[in-house]
Amino acid sequence: MGLTVFTNYEEVAAVILFVIGMMNLLLQANLIKKIIGLDIMDCAVYLFLAAKGYIEGRHAPIYIDNITDASYYINPVPSGLVLTGIVVSVSVSALMMALTVSLYKEYKTLNLDEIMMKLRNEESEELGKLTYGDIMEEEQ
Amino acid sequence: MTFVQNFPFFCIIISMFSAIISFILNGKWAKIVHYTMVAAVFVMSVGCLLYTHEANISYTYMMGHYPAPWGNEIRIGELECLMAASFSLIMILSVMGGSYHIKLDIEKSKMNLFFIQLDLMMAALLALIYTNDLFTAYVFIEICTIAACGLIMARKIGRVYVSAIKYMVMSLVGSGLFLIGLSLLYAITGQLLMSPAKEAMQRILAEGIYAIPSAVIMVLLTVGLGIKSGLYPFHTWIPDAYGYSTTAASAILSSLVSKGYIFLLIKLIVRVLPYNSVPGGQMENVLFFFGVIGMIIGSVDAIQERNIRRMISYSSVAQIGYIYMGIGLGTDAGIIAALFHVISHGLMKALLFISATGLIDSSDGRLDRKGITGAGFRNKIAAVGFTVGSLSMIGMPLFTGFVSKFMFASAATQAPVYKMIIAWTALAISTVLNAVYFMRTVIVIYTRKNEATPVVSDDSPAKSSSEEASSEDKDNFRNRYIFENAATIGLAALNIALGTLSPFVINILTGGLAIFG
Amino acid sequence: MSKRNPDYENSKWQHFAKWCTGDYDPLEGKMEIKKPAKSNNGNSFAVLMRKMWFDKVDQYELGQNKNLSLFNKAYIGISIILGIFLTILLLVTVSYLPEFGNANAPENNEVAKRYIEKGLEETGAENIVAGMILDYRAFDTFGESCVLFVAACCVLMLLKSDKPEVSDTYYEPGRSAILRPAARILVPTIIIFGIYVVLNGHISPGGGFSGGAIIGSGFILYLTAFGFERAGSFLSERFIKIITVLALTFYCFAKSYSFYTGANHLESVITTGTPGAILSAGLIVYLNICVGIVVACTMYSFYVAFRRGSF
Repeated sequence: MGLTVFTNYEEVAAVILFVIGMMNLLLQANLIKKIIGLDIMDCAVYLFLAAKGYIEGRHAPIYIDNITDASYYINPVPSGLVLTGIVVSVSVSALMMALTVSLYKEYKTLNLDEIMMKLRNEESEELGKLTYGDIMEEEQ
Repeated sequence: MTFVQNFPFFCIIISMFSAIISFILNGKWAKIVHYTMVAAVFVMSVGCLLYTHEANISYTYMMGHYPAPWGNEIRIGELECLMAASFSLIMILSVMGGSYHIKLDIEKSKMNLFFIQLDLMMAALLALIYTNDLFTAYVFIEICTIAACGLIMARKIGRVYVSAIKYMVMSLVGSGLFLIGLSLLYAITGQLLMSPAKEAMQRILAEGIYAIPSAVIMVLLTVGLGIKSGLYPFHTWIPDAYGYSTTAASAILSSLVSKGYIFLLIKLIVRVLPYNSVPGGQMENVLFFFGVIGMIIGSVDAIQERNIRRMISYSSVAQIGYIYMGIGLGTDAGIIAALFHVISHGLMKALLFISATGLIDSSDGRLDRKGITGAGFRNKIAAVGFTVGSLSMIGMPLFTGFVSKFMFASAATQAPVYKMIIAWTALAISTVLNAVYFMRTVIVIYTRKNEATPVVSDDSPAKSSSEEASSEDKDNFRNRYIFENAATIGLAALNIALGTLSPFVINILTGGLAIFG
Repeated sequence: MSKRNPDYENSKWQHFAKWCTGDYDPLEGKMEIKKPAKSNNGNSFAVLMRKMWFDKVDQYELGQNKNLSLFNKAYIGISIILGIFLTILLLVTVSYLPEFGNANAPENNEVAKRYIEKGLEETGAENIVAGMILDYRAFDTFGESCVLFVAACCVLMLLKSDKPEVSDTYYEPGRSAILRPAARILVPTIIIFGIYVVLNGHISPGGGFSGGAIIGSGFILYLTAFGFERAGSFLSERFIKIITVLALTFYCFAKSYSFYTGANHLESVITTGTPGAILSAGLIVYLNICVGIVVACTMYSFYVAFRRGSF
């Protein structure tokens, strides 16, 4: 293990947040909590990128007094990537929210496990109808 | 630069532009724009394929005024053009084959939104095929994911929302892993374009620093794309997502979307992070292992499934396993076999989904095997299409499935002996299992029903919607059969054509892969 | 047809045929039952079968529940182990990366150097990030606008309903003593500030995305305070659609022109202008306006779609 783990607080925080977000996205049964996990995960990556762009003692990448010296400003690339990434995560969150609203309208619950249970019931009832529906018909 | 070299760029831009313009058109015009666009993409890709094949070159195309490490760029060779051509062909045939169900499942006022998703899906697939920039790849992966989700939930029933949520969760975990892998790669190389990143990577590995980060990056990128394409342990979203969405969406999702991610993964392996370059990297063995497990488990699950659309979806899991097994062999021959299977599986799966829908429609919307008994006599063309697809899946000579299986088997001979034995065994077992569930279905559809009792399922959604439609537009029935039958016949003919004329395609793949890196 | 095999029902062929068609008996192998004659029992057989089936379903559900909770526990356990493993893996990776704020880190290479040193000369934008994302790496940014566009389409597809909910007045503020007077002052201020941020995107921090989000929030505040009838008079569905399409079309054509000329090594007619002026930096200011329009309209349509489902 390298030694920089004790100096790279930002990156360490970012990867821990990333895993927390991912576990929330995977394990939470509540759809809203899933979306919160998703946002934590994305933000952790942006924190990581922003930390990578920073250079000690330099300025934000906007020209001041027409100085075009590369050693005066921080790295602009990660900032651009974060900007792009934020828009992507906004779109994805909006889509997930819309799906959640539709699911709530359909099943009146936000708990994915409950929804799965209802679906399974529905499915086996349908199967029963398909298998025994024609027998019923015959009898009547 | 000759004019032909601009074609791939035109393909990407017109597909994006047709999505934008469809926002103010009505459904009918959006459909016409979509068909025209995909046909134009196909023609241009073929033109560019002929050009690159003749000249045997691979060139980069700057997206802007700045050269490689600063500006975005795309890279074009025979391999990319062949993929673009086959993807656009499969796209147009799938949409044609599902056109009647698009009309049934989607409200009229939202038809243009559905075609926007299809247009942007095409744009994203083309961009994934051509791009030479890692961050562009990430952005277009997200477009592909969102558009795929839009296609899944286009049919507005509760079950489809659940499968869309499942799909989104798995996909977003995959994108998250891909994004953090990308950030780490940027942190150690400082490059976002693929070719400069490869040079930087080679320098880093020669110096011996960052050995562990590069192995971790490789794992993260591969696992991210593996999750998104439905590799075995992450396949749980596949049957729901493919089984219940509208036909065109199922065909496109199974035959194109996951293949776009796989092509990107192959590109990363060849261009950025060769698996054998990183010390201690056993990623190819892991892919091989999970690919083989996926081949078996997918087929076993398919045998237990009663719903035939879900059965075909499970067979997709098995076929994705084949592709990863080919990549995992770690040889060029393995990658060529995987690329060939990408095309041939696309053709087979689109054919199976479309013809299965034809069979289900002629059986009052019943999805189980018992329900479609004798459907072969009611809808002859769909039944022939299904039979061709099944024979191809099993690997009958003359059909394209045989060629890919043969290529996997012969590629395995160049791999280490233990891999060869495992691959051959898995191929044999999987062929038998494929034969079990596909032949069983083919036998059923050609079995006459004993009593001609109409099946009763008074409140099943499929039937009620089809009844509604039949009262609504009876004239369209003939139209519908024209489109569906044309697509079925076209795909079946392509299956046989690719099976008999495979040397030509393999030639392009081999030549393209040589200049791909 | 001469002789019927008495064991026909149990013959191997019949089993095979049954297995083929997926026709199976749920009670097979569980208990021995005889099919009662029709005349005797009327429809009781069917009732029995149905009852057995649905009982079985319930049992199946309950049994499934126990197994399910066990499975869930195992799943959660494995996930937590995997999560810890992933954390350790990433921490080890991070520990090998260069130190935070180090000027000699690999990413501070010739790529970033050229963006800073030549950026002003080549793009004319004082904001280096704006110059980078809208000129050097414009294809990414175009893709990003398309992500927003496709997400908006998906949300509309899910939530848009042709007949709006009539009882939306429940959410309407009515004659609120605070909201309306405050909105009268705040809405113009917010929108003007948003326009300022968009127009100065190439000179100062900001740009199309942030400015567009500010304008969008102004629209949303207006809608909340004054209701759909007044907001709909100028922010109608048709208007939003057309203006979004126009903005994206301009974006598409402008960037296609610059990609095409760039790749074919043609001279572009676009000049960078005087750095620092509003109308400078070539296409960047126009692209920022387009992006601002798209983002503002998308934010507003998200709000409308979530709140009522129609404009």
